[in-house]
Amino acid sequence: MVSTLLVTGDGALSYDAGSVTLPRTVAQEGAASKAADLQGSFSLADVSVAYGRDRVIEGVSMYVPPRSVTALIGPSGCGKSTLLRCLNRMNDELGNVHVGGTITLDGADIMGRAMDPVELRMRVGQVFQRPNPFPMTIWDNVAYGPRTQGIRKRSELDELVEESLKGAALWAEVKNNLKKHAFELSGGQQQRLCIARALATKPEVILMDEPASALDPISTQQIEDTIAQLKDSVTIVIVTHNMQQAARISDQTAFMLRESLDEPAHLVEMDETRKMFTNPDDARTESYITGRFG
Amino acid sequence: MSRSSRTKQARTAEATAKVVTGAIALSVVAVAVFVFVYIVYNGIGALDWTFFSEVPRDRGREGGILPIIVGTLYLIGATAGLTLPIGVLAGVYLAEYAPRNFTTRAIRLAITNMAGVPSIVYGLFGLAAFVLLAGFGRSIIAAALTLTCMTLPVVITATEEALRQIPQDLRQASLALGATRLRTIYKVVLPAAAPGIITGAILGLARAAGETAPILFTGAVFQMRRLPDGPSSQFMALPYHIYAQVTSVPDWNRELVWGTALVLVAGVSIVSVMAAWWRSVQRRKVKW
Ligand SMILES: Nc1ncnc2c1ncn2[C@@H]1O[C@H](COP(=O)(O)OP(=O)(O)OP(=O)(O)O)[C@@H](O)[C@H]1O
Ligand SMILES: [Mg+2]
Repeated sequence: MVSTLLVTGDGALSYDAGSVTLPRTVAQEGAASKAADLQGSFSLADVSVAYGRDRVIEGVSMYVPPRSVTALIGPSGCGKSTLLRCLNRMNDELGNVHVGGTITLDGADIMGRAMDPVELRMRVGQVFQRPNPFPMTIWDNVAYGPRTQGIRKRSELDELVEESLKGAALWAEVKNNLKKHAFELSGGQQQRLCIARALATKPEVILMDEPASALDPISTQQIEDTIAQLKDSVTIVIVTHNMQQAARISDQTAFMLRESLDEPAHLVEMDETRKMFTNPDDARTESYITGRFG
Repeated sequence: MSRSSRTKQARTAEATAKVVTGAIALSVVAVAVFVFVYIVYNGIGALDWTFFSEVPRDRGREGGILPIIVGTLYLIGATAGLTLPIGVLAGVYLAEYAPRNFTTRAIRLAITNMAGVPSIVYGLFGLAAFVLLAGFGRSIIAAALTLTCMTLPVVITATEEALRQIPQDLRQASLALGATRLRTIYKVVLPAAAPGIITGAILGLARAAGETAPILFTGAVFQMRRLPDGPSSQFMALPYHIYAQVTSVPDWNRELVWGTALVLVAGVSIVSVMAAWWRSVQRRKVKW
């Protein structure tokens, strides 16, 4: 069964209600979406998040197209990380978080009971702000996800490790030292290791929360190059405070804003990055991007 | 006051603090060294092949301490086997799963209080609960269970503390890769916390190895001709042997008793040093 997802021109969406079905298994989903070649697209409709009684996000609707880079920008505290965590349901782990609205990944509702967060997270990887490799060898770090999926065969794991490290542009630097402890790598290398680790589960989407903010300019450049390479095969949603970075690497940009502490943040504008940075529709977007506030 | 005189004053205070704290630290070390040297000096003469390979004769005045060493090894082995799984699981529950509510606080308070109970009270409790009520009789298993009650708070607390030291980042990374909480704990969090847990466990077990009171009523005996042959066997133990020699053997053999003390202290020290060494190797690899 394939649910029909209609994407209108301005990115809003509507459903053929009758065909919204239970999420299919990963295998089915994978096969179906490969056939359709529409893998890793997110649709958010009227998403809201509250921590306890503190409503921090409301009414966010957006479409994240597959195989592209979407940047989330906005002042500190406007809920970028919170929104990102909705996409792999990491908010579930915080406790006392209420997420409302609808989020679908390739047409399947990810918030319903039928979606296992464990399964979801293998399809939607995450890279964090601070490099956080496991205290293990490089090889074990990358193999962690596949092993979690139940892959045991050494040759298969070796292959995945190599492929993922290549994907994260780290292979050349570590191929002779796969048994080295991950903590012996530099910060930038650690972050690329974390990207490789996320790639190893063959995700459709990778979420990145300020992945380069703890890194030096050269490492940042390497991460950006990696992202540019990756977007042919995965969808990337990236939070960044660096406007130049957003302009350089993203295809579309979403600007979020919390106008005051009493009201939740909302999506001000989302559009093609080029348009957002040259000729935004909203005056608030323009003043944020040009650095007048935030 | 001018800036330079204030700086000078601060520097003098600094220097004084350094000397005073240094002197105190040094005197503590000196006492520890003295105790250790004194034990070695008095006991080293007893250490020969006979001492380690023979059973005591003439109520302990002659012969060796083989059954006493073996008894302590069995006892601590059994205690470790009971304490580690229970203590680590309880610590994992408290650090990773327990909700922040009244019950959890009550459990934590109970554990803290357990750690403060005098060891003789554990002995009495063990007699009532394990020897009599549970019907184990005076045995290795009854004594090990008693020591387990005494050691558990140390292991639970050490485990909980060690788990709390592990950055939240790491758990997040594992969960975000699709690992369950359980897998996250046993593949990432517990291995990372292992050095701290093992330190705590060794501290607790070392204390248990040296305790007399908890085993006094629960299974330790003064004299055994053979080695213990199972969990329900009675046993001899190093600290109890020292106690019994000094309190109930007229003309006790000074050298043999000091030798016994040396074996106990050396055994505990060797294990502690090995643990510390292993930990430092781990630390060098693991820095947050
Ligand atoms: N775990 C949490 N519990 C309670 N409130 C939270 C939690 N995480 C975030 N918040 C609140 O939600 C709001 C949005 O936070 P969030 O971290 O998503 O913002 P952000 O846009 O990522 O900010 P930054 O750019 O500084 O990373 C903030 O007001 C914050 O205080
Ligand atoms: Mg954030």
